[in-house]
Amino acid sequence: MLLRLKQHSVLPGFHLALGYTIFYLSLIVLIPLSMVFFKTSTMGWERFWTVVTEPRVMASYRITFGAALIAAMINAFFGLLVAWVLERYQFFGKRFIDALVDLPFALPTAVAGIALASIYSSNGWIGQYLEPLGIKVAFTPLGIIVALTFIGLPFVVRTVQPVLQDLERELEEAAASLGATRWQTFKCVIFPSIFPPLLTGFALAFARGLGEYGSVVFIAGNMPMISEITPLLIITKLEQYDYAGATAIAVVMLVVSFILLFLINLLQWWTGKRCR
Amino acid sequence: MFKPFFSSRWIVLSCLFSSFAAYADVSLLNVSYDPTRELYQAYNPAFIAHWQKKTGETLKLQQSHGGSGKQARSVIDGLQADVVTLALAYDIDAIADKAGLLPKDWQSRFPYNSTPYTSTIVFLVRKGNPKQIKDWDDLIKPGVSVITPNPKTSGGARWNYLAAWGYAQLKTGSADKAREFVSKLFKNVPILDSGARGATTTFVQRGIGDVLIAWENEAFLALQEFGKDRFEIITPSRSILAEPPVAVVEKVAKAHNTLAVSQAYIEYLYSTEGQTIAAQNFYRPRAEIVAAKFANKFPKLELFTINQLFVDWRTAQKTHFDDQGVFDQIYLSTQK
Repeated sequence: MLLRLKQHSVLPGFHLALGYTIFYLSLIVLIPLSMVFFKTSTMGWERFWTVVTEPRVMASYRITFGAALIAAMINAFFGLLVAWVLERYQFFGKRFIDALVDLPFALPTAVAGIALASIYSSNGWIGQYLEPLGIKVAFTPLGIIVALTFIGLPFVVRTVQPVLQDLERELEEAAASLGATRWQTFKCVIFPSIFPPLLTGFALAFARGLGEYGSVVFIAGNMPMISEITPLLIITKLEQYDYAGATAIAVVMLVVSFILLFLINLLQWWTGKRCR
Repeated sequence: MFKPFFSSRWIVLSCLFSSFAAYADVSLLNVSYDPTRELYQAYNPAFIAHWQKKTGETLKLQQSHGGSGKQARSVIDGLQADVVTLALAYDIDAIADKAGLLPKDWQSRFPYNSTPYTSTIVFLVRKGNPKQIKDWDDLIKPGVSVITPNPKTSGGARWNYLAAWGYAQLKTGSADKAREFVSKLFKNVPILDSGARGATTTFVQRGIGDVLIAWENEAFLALQEFGKDRFEIITPSRSILAEPPVAVVEKVAKAHNTLAVSQAYIEYLYSTEGQTIAAQNFYRPRAEIVAAKFANKFPKLELFTINQLFVDWRTAQKTHFDDQGVFDQIYLSTQK
């Protein structure tokens, strides 16, 4: 108890570090974000409410949150698979594939959007084979999910990978020798330790998807009520020099995203505790 | 790891020095929209030569290009533009209204509504014109797929919309019929790209759509870039006179001490040389001598102006493109 109160640390400078952290976060995150709220406050409550509940805006929330959620789930599953393969198997070209995973981070999102749109449009490499099956990807909501899956992949892989690396194989072997089936080993030994980072990766991919603009506008088709994402509507408002309206929608996005991310963090904390 | 860092530092340093060098003489920033890139690339050296001959001063001209609305917002937010040359008067109106950087009657400062060159709205179709598109009426036929960007995000697309509306209103004599025409037209639009370049890519590269509604100068550029063997331009019987206006951002120019040269920069656009350069870059010139010289380049058609049918840009924007405006209503009603 005493020890904890004293907070012994090898390195000095706790106060300086904390002060710096708060200053830095304020400068980089809080002050810019507070401008969003400040601009919004120039409009009354009533106008705020009508702007953020317009049918077109409501439809865009459904699409943005829905597509980001589905894309994050796809990434959680396949990202885990990729991370697993990269950590557990040795094969030719592994380094290359490992580097490939980061590409969606580095690529300008507009380039990603244009590339995806040309591949999935009805005369593109993949699109031409999907079209006869009645599946249209480019210029539909499905296209949005594809774009968001693309840009969200590294988040899950890169959060799960280090944990898998630390997870000793001996644990699995021990579980097996104690008579656990393969499914039991996965469920009771591996999954509990990779679930928290998986959730983090999921949350990051989801958050990234919510704010994504550059790649989506090229593949979405941007039809009102059908495939318009919320960030596009924010740009639309700006195009009308309606700064307050744009920030009003941004505030809604911000608050809802914060609540969702907070819930995910809470869930992660809760599962993290239960494991131990 | 370190090498690129140092080289990027050198770039920054050399940029700093080059801008110092620029300050030695007079420097001017022209904030423009996307498709004027080639035009001003040709015009700026011509003006620099003209100015040097006249005053002996060496000018340094800088260009900035982007979506018209985005460029206007940058100027409002503090981009130090001496001159703006944008796609529509509404964007310069916004600079006057929101930031007060130039007087509200800026459009009366230079001849012809402050638009030294004009364009119009035409159609780009695939070679051989397989759907036989001749005029606006062919665009609302069932089975014709029309590509045009979203008028809410693209200034250029607002001209497209108003051209269609104006055509229908002048033909039928009623605004209700015009509205019906425009909503039928947008039912044939499968994709609303956010900007004109995106719409061109959709039409040219992805092969989507039978007809692209575009500015005449951009249609010419597309033809030059992608080949006359793949596309052709169809000029409708009647279209809008697209006026991309120019203005001196007086407050900024005054602060930079560049008011006189900014004024001259725009005035020279009206000169024979300026007009010829505009015409060579596919904008229709105002000066009659130059227009006559390029007469076979620009097909004749009946042109109406925005002031004739829509009062002015502030009004057109408010009734048609603002939230809950006619364009929104058209979409909300077709979705149900």
